[in-house]
Amino acid sequence: MIYYLGAFGLIFIGLYIVLVKHNLIKVIIGLSILDTGINLFLISIGFVKKGTAPIFSRPGLKAIRMVDPVPQALVLTAIVIGVAVLALALSLAIRLYQHYGTLNLRKIKEQKW
Amino acid sequence: MRRIISILLLGIVALGIILSISKIPFGIPKSKVGKFYIDNGVKETGATNIVTSVVVNYRGFDTLGEVTILFIAALGLGAVLSTRKNKVERKIEPASLILRTGCRFLFPLILLFGTYIFIHGHLTPGGGFQGGAIIASAFLLIYLGCRERRISERGTKLIESLGGLIFVVVGLAGLVISGYFLRNFLPKGIPNLLFSGGIIPIIYIAIGFKVGSELAGIIDNLMEESG
Repeated sequence: MIYYLGAFGLIFIGLYIVLVKHNLIKVIIGLSILDTGINLFLISIGFVKKGTAPIFSRPGLKAIRMVDPVPQALVLTAIVIGVAVLALALSLAIRLYQHYGTLNLRKIKEQKW
Repeated sequence: MRRIISILLLGIVALGIILSISKIPFGIPKSKVGKFYIDNGVKETGATNIVTSVVVNYRGFDTLGEVTILFIAALGLGAVLSTRKNKVERKIEPASLILRTGCRFLFPLILLFGTYIFIHGHLTPGGGFQGGAIIASAFLLIYLGCRERRISERGTKLIESLGGLIFVVVGLAGLVISGYFLRNFLPKGIPNLLFSGGIIPIIYIAIGFKVGSELAGIIDNLMEESG
């Protein structure tokens, strides 16, 4: 249960940063924290008490109490994609800074809010 | 004002999520499909690492889509960062002798470790995505330690495209030989040996090269930007 709380704690911290902060770099950091929280939540859904990794490392090993492999397989690819998307967001931030000279979302003219 | 509204909004969302999450039991096996994979995965795919058999065999098409997302993200980053042509030549201060020698010593070892991780992806913890990330970290080390070195952009693009091509060609070969896309058409072999699992090692090696060269290309693009 503590895993769910931790995962949703991370998700809400990330959402709060995305909603409140005006600095673009901080918003991207918030998105990254949100990503981590979602990964942690998916992994903790597949958790089994006293379970082992779903790997038959020796021949003849019996499958007693193994954790669910499906969320692990999903998160495995999601982590790498998260890194690539983070890099893409940072490159857009670099270009925005070079164009407007600021990272503050309020000062960027096209953002009307 | 904005802060209070967002806290209220998040509070409402949190309440809804807590009410629904408290119904999910924790720490017991839940999904039937996971149990099916654990019970039959080794017999059906020949790979002893069930996570690998789910990623490459049972959900191989999904993985092809995710590799495509990675490719598009790397491509978009290259497109966004390469618009400016007049690059300013900054003076690069070379790293100290200890740092340079240490990087040169560690670089082949990290490459070897990454290769080991993705070749043994169907037997031990690891696989193409993890091994690719380790290889990209070796290139990051080179960029931090030997600052005057650059990897060739054409080389990373070539390896990346070859990896994707091998993935698709293996899938199409499954379609031609045995009926549907990404079906295993090679013999499964004896589990726990290196040559087992049919198409799983081939696809995972291709993914390893692809992810490694893509992340190295991302690092290269960002480093070019910082000068």
